[in-house]
Amino acid sequence: MRAGNSEQEQWVEYTPEPLLQHPRALARALARDLWRGRELAWRLAVRDLSAQYRQTALGVLWAFVVPLANTLVWVFLGSSGVVATAAAPLPYPVYVFTGTMLWSIFVDAANSPLRLTTNAAPMLSKINFPREALIVSGMLQALFHGVSKLVVLLLAVPLLEVNPGTSLLLVPLGVLALVLAGTVVGLLVTPLGMLYGDVGKSFPLVTQFLMYLSPVVFVMPATPGWAATVLSSNPLTPLLVSTRSWLTGTGDAMPAYFAAVVLAALVVLVVGLTAYRVAMPILIERMRG
Amino acid sequence: MRASAMNDTLVTVEDVSKKFCRSLKRSLWYGLRDLGSEFAGRRRSHRERLRTDEFWAVRNVGFSLARGECVGLIGHNGSGKTTLLRMLNGLVQPDAGRIALRGRVGALIALGAGFNPVLSGRENIFVNAAVLGLGRAEVARRFDEIVEFSGLAEFIDAPVQHYSSGMYVRLGFSIAAHVEPDVLLVDEALAVGDLAFVIKCMNKVAELRRNGTGVIFVSHNELQMRAAANRCVVLDHGRMLGDVDVEAAFRLYAEARANRPFAMTPAIGFAHEGPLRLEALAADSTYPPTALAPLRLLLRGLAERDADGVSLELRIWNADGQVVTAIDSGGQGQLLDLAPGRFELEVDIDALSLAPGPYRIAGGFRRNGEVLGWVRDLAHIDVAAPPGMKVAAGVCVTPARIAIRHDGAAREASA
Repeated sequence: MRAGNSEQEQWVEYTPEPLLQHPRALARALARDLWRGRELAWRLAVRDLSAQYRQTALGVLWAFVVPLANTLVWVFLGSSGVVATAAAPLPYPVYVFTGTMLWSIFVDAANSPLRLTTNAAPMLSKINFPREALIVSGMLQALFHGVSKLVVLLLAVPLLEVNPGTSLLLVPLGVLALVLAGTVVGLLVTPLGMLYGDVGKSFPLVTQFLMYLSPVVFVMPATPGWAATVLSSNPLTPLLVSTRSWLTGTGDAMPAYFAAVVLAALVVLVVGLTAYRVAMPILIERMRG
Repeated sequence: MRASAMNDTLVTVEDVSKKFCRSLKRSLWYGLRDLGSEFAGRRRSHRERLRTDEFWAVRNVGFSLARGECVGLIGHNGSGKTTLLRMLNGLVQPDAGRIALRGRVGALIALGAGFNPVLSGRENIFVNAAVLGLGRAEVARRFDEIVEFSGLAEFIDAPVQHYSSGMYVRLGFSIAAHVEPDVLLVDEALAVGDLAFVIKCMNKVAELRRNGTGVIFVSHNELQMRAAANRCVVLDHGRMLGDVDVEAAFRLYAEARANRPFAMTPAIGFAHEGPLRLEALAADSTYPPTALAPLRLLLRGLAERDADGVSLELRIWNADGQVVTAIDSGGQGQLLDLAPGRFELEVDIDALSLAPGPYRIAGGFRRNGEVLGWVRDLAHIDVAAPPGMKVAAGVCVTPARIAIRHDGAAREASA
């Protein structure tokens, strides 16, 4: 009966030794739990998403309503000429609209790790399961919301009087990169955020501030100066600028910088997942059951 | 089945200790420092000693569990049972010692944790089973069995927010029990639910044991413990009093309880200074108290002013912090008129129905619900067992005569 249990002959050991003293075992365990938790991550994502839209009449359409309303506002602003800046390579409303939409994908992903870990506290403190699944589930949910925003964006592209052409095919890559970058940022603050509520409370402030340091509503200044230095050294800049340029067919993408940031983000993701795993027993100990 | 493997060791716990912090702010600060050393890969230097506000929740505990065994953990609230279980489940790291487990670990703890209230029972089965480590194929294979065991077939497509707490636990238990673990941890999981379902659950646990699962069982219910466990580890203030058979374990537990100062009972009772004061409680020749025997209590006190129509109330607490019974003169229609000055009251109990063990008596006066004086610690008494009678379980003694009937003729059973 029990022969089906693949873990049958495997001993698990719990000691006071820091997990990082055995990096190989730690890496193996991390990889195993990521693999073991893949189905759980999917289930949790489906659970959270369907629960989110369950008690609504419009259901999953809500994923599109907010970005759609956003779009209509900016299309109106653009056609009425209320907002206009000459400096932008694009009509300014299109610039801001695409910028805020892409930024919201990043912020959504950045909020996920801490939010999902906090919500799972009752489960974490009583059940042992591959906790990495929470992070993966957060990425899946952020991707779902990202893709639904993307669909709205693509529908809006003809209305915005831009002509992207084949570069549109690269946009999903941009969304993926934004979700990855957001997850990495959120993951790194999660251990501290699980101990001190201050982190979660200050997070909206920090992301707001970060937005002004990124080319979301501000246009990259052409002349060098401190603002140009800040914007161009911000690792989110290549992601936003490239994705926007693919989306609108205007402006220069930064493919090399983009690739470098994605690679770096992947490395930091592994570091973040390791830290998350190592921190978990300490966090659970301090959690209110 | 698997008779050859029946003596395989599944769990070893060696000299394990764990400390906790009483103060929340400090606990967070220690958590931050522990994170720092953990990230640096350094062994925490203070692991073996206590920092300010810390205490040992579990201290030097060791035992082992083999296939098909059921080890019970018994002890008072706060004796370290749950902490030990959480370490076994890999939720928190021990501060000293070593725990090794083999195979799939299942837990009947927090049944239904991870249920989402707006999703249906069916959807929650898949989510919950995934949390407990079952793949989609495994769940699909056991789905009908899970639903049938829970007895919730007609509600399975309703959102679980409309379930009663009992239904919640039934579904949670059914899922957890069908994970077929090698090691099963059970913590007070069967405290809720109707008796029929509890019995079904106990049978399921027994069935898992027959199939080779090792069980670690925590329950405050002595009958459940006697039915489930073949051995018990007794814990007191985090320390291990013994790893012995169930009978001896309950003796140890009772001894620990007898030696336990009543100051440990939660401060649910209160003291109240009023115009009527009870000062002392004494007993006469009926002391020491014996179960089923009469007991006369003498109360002395002082009334500062006239008090008419007051009710005397005595509450008897057991060592677990429960009010076992109360004597209420007003409740039996007897109100007292007290004149200013010293007074003495006699309380005659015809037959003490308390089970053997230590008790605390609290008491005072009320008038129309208003408290006119209350004392938390009037007396501590130790009730002895009635001669020639053994009390198996429970908080009170219920003498009964048992008759056997054969062919309609009743005869009194001879002892």
